[in-house]
Amino acid sequence: MQAMVYRGPYKIRVEEKDVPPIEHPNDAIVRVTLGAICGSDLHLYHGMIPDTRVGMTFGHEFIGVVEEVGPSVQNLKRGDRVMVPFNIFCGSCFFCARGLYSNCHNTNPNATAVGAIYGYSHTCGGYDGGQSEFVRVPFADVGPTIIPEWMDDEDAVMLTDACPTGYFGAQLGDIVEGDVVVVFGAGPVGLFAAKSAWLMGAGRVIVIDHLEYRLEKARTFAHAETYNFTDYDDIVVHMKKITEHLGADVAIDAVGAEADGNFLQHVTGAKLKLQGGSPVALNWAIDSVRKGGTVSVVGAYGPIFSAVKFGDAVNKGLTLRMNQCPVKRQWPRLFEHMRNGYLKPSDIVTHRIPLEHIADGYHIFSAKLDGCIKPLIVPNAA
Amino acid sequence: MTYTAEKPSLAESSDQLRTRIPGWGVDLDPKDRPSVPRERFDPDLSGAHWDFPERQPEKWPRERSNEHKFLTPVFGTSCPPKGVSGTMRKYAYKRFSEARAAHWLILVAADRVDAFGSHMRSFATPRPDNPITETGVRSELSHHGIFSRVGKKRADLVHQPLDPIIVAGPWIAAGGLAYVGVKRLLKGGRGSRPSVGA
Repeated sequence: MQAMVYRGPYKIRVEEKDVPPIEHPNDAIVRVTLGAICGSDLHLYHGMIPDTRVGMTFGHEFIGVVEEVGPSVQNLKRGDRVMVPFNIFCGSCFFCARGLYSNCHNTNPNATAVGAIYGYSHTCGGYDGGQSEFVRVPFADVGPTIIPEWMDDEDAVMLTDACPTGYFGAQLGDIVEGDVVVVFGAGPVGLFAAKSAWLMGAGRVIVIDHLEYRLEKARTFAHAETYNFTDYDDIVVHMKKITEHLGADVAIDAVGAEADGNFLQHVTGAKLKLQGGSPVALNWAIDSVRKGGTVSVVGAYGPIFSAVKFGDAVNKGLTLRMNQCPVKRQWPRLFEHMRNGYLKPSDIVTHRIPLEHIADGYHIFSAKLDGCIKPLIVPNAA
Repeated sequence: MTYTAEKPSLAESSDQLRTRIPGWGVDLDPKDRPSVPRERFDPDLSGAHWDFPERQPEKWPRERSNEHKFLTPVFGTSCPPKGVSGTMRKYAYKRFSEARAAHWLILVAADRVDAFGSHMRSFATPRPDNPITETGVRSELSHHGIFSRVGKKRADLVHQPLDPIIVAGPWIAAGGLAYVGVKRLLKGGRGSRPSVGA
């Protein structure tokens, strides 16, 4: 089969690999029909996540058709069209039993501080991902769900990470009616977080980024008030000015490890890998939110320490909430929102790239070329 | 205003927002939010039909965090550790917990060793690494590389010139070292030759 393969920082290519075998009785092998590149894949691509090995196939956003199932699989059969959450989880450990599927303790031997994720380094379990023609899906009775008849493929693939993660980010903010919510980052997760903040009753939704085309999308897709931080000497001061010097009630970091806005932070984090990430957006969130407010973090960071302004968070009495999104827990409610017409996840898709050209896709997404917001990956056999 | 007790007023009322924004407030009640409360004990919800999963066969000594009691019952088998980088990785897992910076820094260093070694080995294969195709840099021409940047207020433009240095830098450094090494070797060889008049 053809699969994307990591060759080192900023370098990937498509190679022939063996179709993955069933390795556990509850495995399924899924033929991928549509995948995507996530903003967090760029952290791997740029060599920021420890234990990213040459030869790994990335990709934690994908849907497909069940090709083969292991002997203990009861809920799926060959030919089922399935969407697969980016989390790999057992469904039965202490954490899964409490709905914390992203924190499963039975699927990632390499770390206890993060659950398992498809195609996301050995730090996240060492599983190959879905930017390929076939993928091994562990715990087939637990993770995947049959895609409803009414759902488009492009909507379904957006529900495997970006959309539920944004929605989850808004939930972590504990928004109450009339709250002022500021979202840092107008990428896919930020757009969905902003859109979701309205569903939870926000009174004002503000999105901050430096890419005008993404801010335009935040205005049209998420009905948000937008600001380009490059227009201001200090975006935190501007946030105070536009909130009568109170600050926002809720701030959401939807940027994560490669945030721009501070050259030193970006270079030491994203380029030199001396930090787990560049926490510019997180620090802006901490400083922009009001005292007693809530900061929600759904941007991805690596496991190495980062220069976070923790003192400000303490002294302001903030509530900091964060996690990888337990995707499957979000699906029933998101399905309802889609059926009611409140949400059309595929509206943010901008590029559809054949798997054989995936190196171009990564560069386009990474360098923010051509108005790219969300690139999908189409396997050759799809 | 902020310096008095009242919260600053909003430009739009809830009724106005409900009219303007599709779905405004449908999740206003926290009970309708799937992640509220944070932990909801329901072991039957997930579809798992086991208390503890069957164990996946371990085909090689699988590296694992020393914060785990044992190897997890299911694990990835993508890229078994190999060579110098593999030795470094196994040491990092065995010796240092996730709480130690050394654990992660050794793994990052192993990643660089792995990448460099893999590039070198690729030159002995029918398909050596190709920095043009593998970086996707050709898409600069096909997807408006110049138009996407010129005249745009993008904060990332100040550090994007570092990317080619990160990609090509190790190769240039290795080439330079090789050049200096070969040059010294040749010079040393000439210096050791006995002179005609001796």
